[in-house]
Amino acid sequence: MEEFFLQLTNGLAVGGIYALIALGYTMVYGVLKLINFAHGDLFAMGAYLGFTLLVSLGLAGTLGKVAAVLLVIALVMGMVALVGYLLERVAYRPLRNSSRLSAVVSALGASIFFQNALMLVYGARYQVYPGDLRPEGFFNVMGVEIPTVRLILFGASVLLMLALYWLINKTRIGMAIRAVAIDQRAARLMGIDVNRIIALVFLIGPALGGVAGVMVGLYYGQIRYDMSLLYGLKAFIAAILGGIGNIPGAMIGGVLLGVIEALGAAYISVAWKDAIAFLVLILILIFRPTGLLGERVADKL
Amino acid sequence: MFLELRDLHVSYGKVEVLHGINAHVEEGEIVTILGANGAGKTTTLTAISGLVKPSSGGIYFEGEALHTLPSHEVVRRGIAQSPEGRRVFGTMTVLENLYLGAFTSRDKSRNKKNLEWIFGLFPRLDERKQQLAGTLSGGEQQMLAIGRALMGSPRVLLLDEPSLGLAPILVRHILEAVKTINQSGVTVVLVEQNARAALKLASRGYVLEIGHMVMEDDAAALLANPEVQNAYLGE
Repeated sequence: MEEFFLQLTNGLAVGGIYALIALGYTMVYGVLKLINFAHGDLFAMGAYLGFTLLVSLGLAGTLGKVAAVLLVIALVMGMVALVGYLLERVAYRPLRNSSRLSAVVSALGASIFFQNALMLVYGARYQVYPGDLRPEGFFNVMGVEIPTVRLILFGASVLLMLALYWLINKTRIGMAIRAVAIDQRAARLMGIDVNRIIALVFLIGPALGGVAGVMVGLYYGQIRYDMSLLYGLKAFIAAILGGIGNIPGAMIGGVLLGVIEALGAAYISVAWKDAIAFLVLILILIFRPTGLLGERVADKL
Repeated sequence: MFLELRDLHVSYGKVEVLHGINAHVEEGEIVTILGANGAGKTTTLTAISGLVKPSSGGIYFEGEALHTLPSHEVVRRGIAQSPEGRRVFGTMTVLENLYLGAFTSRDKSRNKKNLEWIFGLFPRLDERKQQLAGTLSGGEQQMLAIGRALMGSPRVLLLDEPSLGLAPILVRHILEAVKTINQSGVTVVLVEQNARAALKLASRGYVLEIGHMVMEDDAAALLANPEVQNAYLGE
């Protein structure tokens, strides 16, 4: 039982991270019907920017650990959001009226560009996050000692997801984002500036991805330029699991995938961890291609 | 001049669908555009809303050029459209659809007043306000599309085929609502297949044939015109 709870919390922590990244995929897909293949690299960029800020500014000494981490996360969110915005302007907007394939190729190109840029700047080896920033305590839940860091990470991702959920469902701008995702032409007739909404989505998604990058750095302690591949793929699976384009779906899909993976690794075999994630993808594509929450209501004509 | 189309040419790719049409709408009027399928009626409304850009010629609202503005700016000038096929946001509630119609208006008390007015026009929407728009019947969706367009307090309402596919009783209900809307001071441009009903409602009408404006007259005169009767009124 102890093993189960340990793996469950590990799965929740990792799943929260998957969910944050998956939201970027799903939101962009929602408004543009495009898989932003460079999104995983924005996540990696977040991890590296967080690394640079934490190491070079030495904030932990002056501000204290918690404040330093929070400040770094805020800065990373802003910086990665800006990169996401530029990405849309440079790589996607000029192709808005071209064939879908052109935009996909452009996305792949942007991904390769970012990945190699990270490698050139930081090198191809692992970089190590400052180890003393990770909370080392344990939290006692019904006799099981659970590492505090897992609860903090999961709590933080839930908090961010709640904030996003509120934005999307309770605000005027969120309503506009949903409208653009449903029908761009009708959204224009409502007086919505569709370009601005798309730009906004390219700020929010990458900001969340950037936070996820810092979280991975803090949790695992090491990062590498090609971390975008596996995390990007897993988050993409999470988005499909929940139903691509569906925001609550990405949240649930991410957490679910993290838990399935962690439990699978514990009870089946660690070596099969990634295979289990891909098996989930295959199964969902066979049995429920719209994802868990995809296509809630068929529009009548 | 209130709203004016001046030598309007519109093309989709290499195919020109409007070959230089001229038309005008005065404040407070109901003007209808008649024409067969493919004549360019929807394209005309689409161009006014700024969703397609003319290849030459222009659209002017109180002297200001609309055709150079992006569509969201056209809406801000007070020109709303209930589009062909209704295009309600199916996975959102009726209320959310209506609030989206008020996207350009941040005046909460006015939005609330508009909402009440629209619920008065279409009580069915009030009954179903928490329902997803995609679950409404065709007639209810049409009411929603019109109500949504009215939420931003437009000065001009463009209506594209509001009666398409509806039962006669609903058609009457909706066209009566259009009359009420017009009497409240909203200028209406109505595109309709149901030419007789449209001409009875309108003060003036245009006849569009494969991208050319071929006729313009008072609605009563068009109703009495043998050519119109023959081609559009089925007599």
